[in-house]
Amino acid sequence: MKNTKFMEIGSGKGFYGLLALLGVAILAGLSAFFYMEHTGHWVTGMDNQIVWGAPHVFAIFLIVAASGALNVASIGTVFGKKIYQPLARMSALLAVALLIGGLTVLVLDLGRPDRLIVAMTYYNFKSIFAWNIILYNGFLALVAVYIWTMLDPTVKKFYKLAGFAAFVWRLILTTGTGSIFGWLVARQAYDAAIFAPMFIVMSFSFGLAVFMLVMMATYSWTDRPLGDAVVRRLKNLLGVFVAGVLFFVMVYHLTNLYATEHHGVQAFILRDGGVFTQAFWIGQVLLGSLLPLALLYHPATGNSRFWIGIASALIILGGFAQLTVILIGGQAYPLVLFPGYEVSSSFADGVINSYSPSLPELVLGFSGIAIAMAMMVVGMRVLRMAPASLADEVADPHHGK
Amino acid sequence: MSDHKQPDLARREFLGRGAAAAAAGVVLAPGVMLYGVAQAKPADEPVSSKVRWGMLVDTSKCSNGCNACVDACNKEHGLGNETHSRDTQRTQYIRKVELRHKFTGATHSLPVMCQHCETPPCVDVCPTGASFKRADGIVLVDRHICIGCRYCMMACPYKARSFVHEALTDQRPHTPRGKGCVESCTMCVHRVDEGRQPACVEACAADGSHAIIFGDLNDPSSEIAQRVKTYASSEIRADLGLNTGVRYQGL
Repeated sequence: MKNTKFMEIGSGKGFYGLLALLGVAILAGLSAFFYMEHTGHWVTGMDNQIVWGAPHVFAIFLIVAASGALNVASIGTVFGKKIYQPLARMSALLAVALLIGGLTVLVLDLGRPDRLIVAMTYYNFKSIFAWNIILYNGFLALVAVYIWTMLDPTVKKFYKLAGFAAFVWRLILTTGTGSIFGWLVARQAYDAAIFAPMFIVMSFSFGLAVFMLVMMATYSWTDRPLGDAVVRRLKNLLGVFVAGVLFFVMVYHLTNLYATEHHGVQAFILRDGGVFTQAFWIGQVLLGSLLPLALLYHPATGNSRFWIGIASALIILGGFAQLTVILIGGQAYPLVLFPGYEVSSSFADGVINSYSPSLPELVLGFSGIAIAMAMMVVGMRVLRMAPASLADEVADPHHGK
Repeated sequence: MSDHKQPDLARREFLGRGAAAAAAGVVLAPGVMLYGVAQAKPADEPVSSKVRWGMLVDTSKCSNGCNACVDACNKEHGLGNETHSRDTQRTQYIRKVELRHKFTGATHSLPVMCQHCETPPCVDVCPTGASFKRADGIVLVDRHICIGCRYCMMACPYKARSFVHEALTDQRPHTPRGKGCVESCTMCVHRVDEGRQPACVEACAADGSHAIIFGDLNDPSSEIAQRVKTYASSEIRADLGLNTGVRYQGL
């Protein structure tokens, strides 16, 4: 394998066009934020029963995908796989971009976003949320250093160390994200240690799916060569991750189906939950897992860039479906305060709660994606992030052997 | 950080001292013991963990359809003045829950509010420490550092918390509700600190039901301590082991 040559992407009409498009989405998101912040959250779909809505689905997807996007770099740096090493810069940049996009949405959906400084200065160290604030900031700092060691030959000696630290940190970070739900003892759908490892595998899957799309789009739009070796390696790995997520989802549901205590919430998600049941079986399992697996591994589609792209998009869609089921479905099922009793009250006790996202919430959510993509586009424009060529003879260490 | 809290403390201290002075005036009358349940502590004396405020709800005395405690709470704290919020977005500190056992058909009616846990999950999860428990067991939200993340609402097993969905006006001085913050039953801490009873307890008694009693669980001579010692009482979701300050009898 030759030394990889990195080049900034060009600044043609396409670059500015894309940036303008993303800019519009970001502005729309900011407007949605100001509107919700100014009027109060009564204009959103949230209420006292479903307290985390669509913005949280977007934010958590982006945060989970962020740590997963770094995997490509980690496999190259930590595990020494040469074919992944040229992709490390893009992978690390994407990780930072996705995290900032996700955090922006999360912060802008707070009841008091003006008190962000309070969140940075007052810490309750028993709160996994407080730990996450430290984990997110630390991740940004570590990955920034990691990128620096890749860009600047004078600090190259720290490359391995930075890569290793970022890898360990990202595993802790996703453990923290999963534990936001895993440690919620009160609710039927949560309170399960499996959330931490499940979120880690979800991050592998969602992050790599996003990376695949970004990589293929970048190389297609900049007319740079992208060989089959890289794509094939990544798509096979992606399939393994998708299957891994399915495994964890299956274990989670089987475990809960075994315990009578959890039959209610399981029946709700798996059978009686209407839109959540559909999101689970059709969105998450069928379109988001089984279909992409078939597309990635079937000989007729597994070698086609187009179908690999479709599979990646479906995995992302499935990820959103999964987080909708976990977050909103988990809140829609009522808390069980009095087992064995039928309950009713003025505060929706015993009632299946409903949630429909409002337009501003969705616009804010999509703007998080736009922020991440805009950072990616600008980052690749100003820094040497993307290899000039990922053709097989350049990228594949086994090429010609 | 302390600068941020200072003006507020001063204000509260001022209000508290005024109240304590008023209360002290009554107590000083010779031989008169007006407050059988709780004595006002001087405002400059810190809250003590020797006290554990609690409530005992006797569900056999709580009747279906009676809403006196809820109405009193809403009035006391100025709740229900939202003009834009949907019903599901309005704040409720206390609610009446009607129960019917699926197998036996037994029915109960009882109020549910913040249960003032000894180890409150809302306090555990709050990133900034805005959710906190006073030494005397009352769980509160510091509205100055609540960032409105709603994680406490996810964590509360009793669904006791509400989020203020809109800008409010004419708040009660002792219940400074504000848009974007989370709130819940304060056990009428402003009354308790003056040696008075929570509004719901008072209203329930005035209504003739006497279903809720309030007092110091740590004081063996208090009515509530005697009652929980003599009769079986239970906690909602006792499986979580939170040792709630609000207990139920007859459930």
